[in-house]
Amino acid sequence: MTFSTSVEMKGREAWITLEGELDAAVAGEFRQAIEEIAPQKPEKLVLFTSKLQFMASAGLRVLVFAKQQMGREVSIYVVGASGPVLNTLLLSGFDQSVYLQESYP
Amino acid sequence: MDSRIDFYPTHQHGAYRLRPGRVSPFGTTLVPGGVNFAISSGHATSCTLVLFEKDAPEPLVEIPFPPSFRIGNAWCMIVFDLDCERIEYGYRMEGPWDPGAGHRFDASKILLDPYAKAIGGRTVWGQPPDWNNKFPHRGRLIFDDFDWEDDRPLETPLADLVIYELHTRSFTAHPSAGVKHPGTFAGLIAKIPYFKELGVNCVELMPIFEFDEFENSRPNPVTGETMYNYWGYSTVGFFAPKAGYAATGPFGMEVDELKNLIKELHRNGIEVMLDVVFNHTAEGNERGPTLSFRGIDNQTYYMLTPEGYYYNFSGCGNTLNCNSPVVRNMVLDCLRYWAAEYHIDGFRFDLASILGRAPSGAPLSNPPLLESLAFDPVLAKCKLVAEAWDAGGLYQVGSFPAYGRWAEWNGKYRDDIRRFLKGDDAMVPVMAERIQGSPDLYGWNERGPTASINFITCHDGFTLHDLFAYNDKHNDANGEQNRDGGNDNHSWNCGVEGETDDPQVNALRQRMSKNALAILLMSHGIPMLLMGDELGRTQRGNNNTYSHDNDLNWVDWTLRERNVELFNFTRQMIALRKAHPLLRAGEFFGTNGSPADIIWHGTRAWKADWSDASRALACMLRERQAGQDGNTTPVLYMAINSFWDALSFELPELPKCYHWHLFANTSLPAPDDIHQPGQEIALEEDLQSFLVGGRALVILIGRPRP
Repeated sequence: MTFSTSVEMKGREAWITLEGELDAAVAGEFRQAIEEIAPQKPEKLVLFTSKLQFMASAGLRVLVFAKQQMGREVSIYVVGASGPVLNTLLLSGFDQSVYLQESYP
Repeated sequence: MDSRIDFYPTHQHGAYRLRPGRVSPFGTTLVPGGVNFAISSGHATSCTLVLFEKDAPEPLVEIPFPPSFRIGNAWCMIVFDLDCERIEYGYRMEGPWDPGAGHRFDASKILLDPYAKAIGGRTVWGQPPDWNNKFPHRGRLIFDDFDWEDDRPLETPLADLVIYELHTRSFTAHPSAGVKHPGTFAGLIAKIPYFKELGVNCVELMPIFEFDEFENSRPNPVTGETMYNYWGYSTVGFFAPKAGYAATGPFGMEVDELKNLIKELHRNGIEVMLDVVFNHTAEGNERGPTLSFRGIDNQTYYMLTPEGYYYNFSGCGNTLNCNSPVVRNMVLDCLRYWAAEYHIDGFRFDLASILGRAPSGAPLSNPPLLESLAFDPVLAKCKLVAEAWDAGGLYQVGSFPAYGRWAEWNGKYRDDIRRFLKGDDAMVPVMAERIQGSPDLYGWNERGPTASINFITCHDGFTLHDLFAYNDKHNDANGEQNRDGGNDNHSWNCGVEGETDDPQVNALRQRMSKNALAILLMSHGIPMLLMGDELGRTQRGNNNTYSHDNDLNWVDWTLRERNVELFNFTRQMIALRKAHPLLRAGEFFGTNGSPADIIWHGTRAWKADWSDASRALACMLRERQAGQDGNTTPVLYMAINSFWDALSFELPELPKCYHWHLFANTSLPAPDDIHQPGQEIALEEDLQSFLVGGRALVILIGRPRP
């Protein structure tokens, strides 16, 4: 399944919806989305992942990049992660660096 | 970032843009827009970088290093625009084939980078490999971007450690482990509450550097099961974690999973020590496979006879040439990498005496590698522990070149405690040495009791349960007609060889196990427990289970309920050690640096019986000021009776206002065998002596009553 991202600013919050399979080939698109919104200095980064079917380590790397790019003061929410995506977050320990939620807000 | 002039391509190979690389660090380094590849060989005449797409059978491209990309013996090259997540890499080296001179170059082989930080090829444990794969162990690229938050090595004082030796797969592979990812780093995370409940504060992981479980794999002649290189004491790559130990190994995330385990252990106050195997590699002798070192620079990496054959001080076919300056640097780079990038707290060096041998094999009085490790600034707070012997006959327990830093696995502690417990003659004097941290071994050269890693069992040999259930090894399942494994076990089966329904024999075995655990945790020095000994884990008399991926090695977690008595005893003994600084001395008692004394007794107070026939020893630990000027520090007393019948121990007089309390008595069944520290049972006011059962041990606490 093809990967797609959609980005919108909701006040001081950046919302990014991820769909499809996030592997090394498409991780650049995700990273580009992060880079585009970073200058707007969002206070929260909310990633909607319920339609994300798979995330390879390349995707995880972009999450790490996002955390570093935004700075510690920006909270990152990962919403609706399940199956292999949730597993990847848990096994790599990244669940401790973000807020995992079933729904948002 | 791509516009930086120092990262601008200057050369081209086909579609690949290149630039002369940086010679340091060796291995691969991600740089803006590309990857820096650096490798050295003292005798190769040319070097080619071989790139694969992940898991592809044939190379994607082979890029010879242009002559101008070689500086000295190092080849270095930046390759731009690589897809780091999908690339695997190796090298071809050209050079002489002259085994008599030590050279075994073979350009038909694709070689693993000795500095590879991740290695593909065995990413799913036990999955049979493609034996025709021309490049079975493949270097992979990693990102050093793990989110450690504020974690760093814990730097727990050595004297405070209680080490727990475990095998990553064995600990949670059994179906009873009840974890989501059995046999993995993630599985260990699920067992952190167990470590906390038990009270250990350091896990020592048996080898987790990448190894090949299929090295010398074969069908078991008895059962037909596959026998593996299961324990992993045969390194393929020193910088890469064992991918097959990660649930995420198939996704190339073993680095993250291991780092997450370490971070979680640290968060719970538990240090991580790695068992590292620098004495040999997985390439075996001249009949072994050429995977890496042999094809890169055989003469440099291995100790060779004058005829060019491999010295075998490891017992595993070859011996890494650790005091060659090149190899020494690799070992140092490796340990620095694990300390800095993985936040490892300490290292235990397998067959460490090999690290003190010269390239000729002769023992060195001042081995450069051991000295370098001892004084390295990055490793300055890391624990360094030597298995102070090798398979070539060098035995250095008590004399390992320590430089004020190295501790040792105290093999004499193991043997002497075993011999005393089973009732050998003439063991009382030596027991006194072992209990006080082996000053006979470490009381010189500015070493103290923390130089002694005390253990009664470890992965080599019997488990604690089997120590008191078998007189002889039973290694038939290893397929070597019971020839393998040590014969000097100093074990005693308590009257019946193997498992029995006899309640008296089983009660005696339980008591012997408790005696051993109590002595271990009461001794000065650093106690180390073998995984599962607190649960009565058995290997059914096998004392060399190196090849078994089955319940001979796996921890059976149903024992947690069945042997709750032994578990609780161990837990309370650890708690006692934590509660009393007297048990965690950094200095030998009786020396100027120590504020406390250890006083020896026998069945008569103040008069230990040191004779050959003696089977009784008691000791009292106390601060010199205890009971004076408001000092109410407790006094600890332990009476050990290894005689078969009960003996009455006359109790020494306590400071005024102190009274005896019973903490442990191994001749009693649970719940009276042991008490929670601080809630010991008060004994009679005028108690003059204590009857200690046959082959039993008693621990009393002297303190003021509230």
